[in-house]
Amino acid sequence: MNYADTTIWVVILVLGLGTYLIRFSFLGLVGNRKMPDWVLRHLRYTPVAILPGLVAPLVMWPEATGGNPDPIRFAAAAVTVGVAWWFKNMLAGAAAGAVTLSGLLWITSGV
Amino acid sequence: MATTTRNSAFRTGFLAGLPFLLIGVPFAVLFGVVATEAGLSVTQTIGFSLLVIAGASQFTAIQLMSENAPVLIVLAAALAVNLRMAMYSASLQPHLGQASFGKRALAAYLNVDASYALGIQEFEKRTTWSVNDKFQYFCGTMVLMFPLWVVGTWVGAVAGDALPANLDLDFAMPIMFLALVAPMVKTMAHLGAAVTSIIGSLALTFLPSGIGLLIAGLCAMAVGAEIERQRG
Repeated sequence: MNYADTTIWVVILVLGLGTYLIRFSFLGLVGNRKMPDWVLRHLRYTPVAILPGLVAPLVMWPEATGGNPDPIRFAAAAVTVGVAWWFKNMLAGAAAGAVTLSGLLWITSGV
Repeated sequence: MATTTRNSAFRTGFLAGLPFLLIGVPFAVLFGVVATEAGLSVTQTIGFSLLVIAGASQFTAIQLMSENAPVLIVLAAALAVNLRMAMYSASLQPHLGQASFGKRALAAYLNVDASYALGIQEFEKRTTWSVNDKFQYFCGTMVLMFPLWVVGTWVGAVAGDALPANLDLDFAMPIMFLALVAPMVKTMAHLGAAVTSIIGSLALTFLPSGIGLLIAGLCAMAVGAEIERQRG
């Protein structure tokens, strides 16, 4: 890359400040005022509305296979969701997913 | 009530955060390697991790900078990747909004995917927790992650090529976040939101990174809220 040192620092500082303001936004400015019910009703769905979409492309087009859909990683993701949901337990789900992934990778490595 | 449980809330958060180090630390090391290879100094690389603390947007910025993209493009693209955190901020407000300004300012600094996801699922369960308990838990999840994020970046920046080429943790991030979010799907409304989120984000990948997720997320929240309203 051929940016001046100052330019790189400007990018870092503006990106840092901008990201902070995004994170601070509602938490900082709304403070302890109560938001309207309809807003709260929407916000209750934030985690289930953002996190699945955040990882969906990584499951569908994994980096490790050059972005090609991969049945092994798809299976690992499905097992993770199934086990975590059934047992209501994150660690059980993550462990089951990791075992599925490494197990299937190991089995197919000989093929 | 807050003072007696403060340490236990912090400790609970600390323990909950440990598995996420598996994703965070290798990610930080990788960023250190990539950023210095792209031409950043060690100080600049660490500055990135210290001030931005958002892996995906940091990689986006470095990628565009290595292509010598205009500065405004670099900033717009990297900030777009982080827009989802405004949703996190709004979602945390009902739980942490009563904390002092200083505490909210600190929580905002530490508001990342892992701390948000861990925090919100715990806050929804712990209805008796005071705002201070919640704040302590939130900080607990990041007490190791944040310093190790910076140290990991430094290690990657300094050690560079000496590190093993393939850490083989590419799929750890999806697994951790899927395992975390799956138990949060408790009603048809949650399910509707999750399905909308997945379909939306996959359908909108042609948009600049981060924008598609934001639109999908907003639609998914509307779907969840609407199902809840109709079912009473």
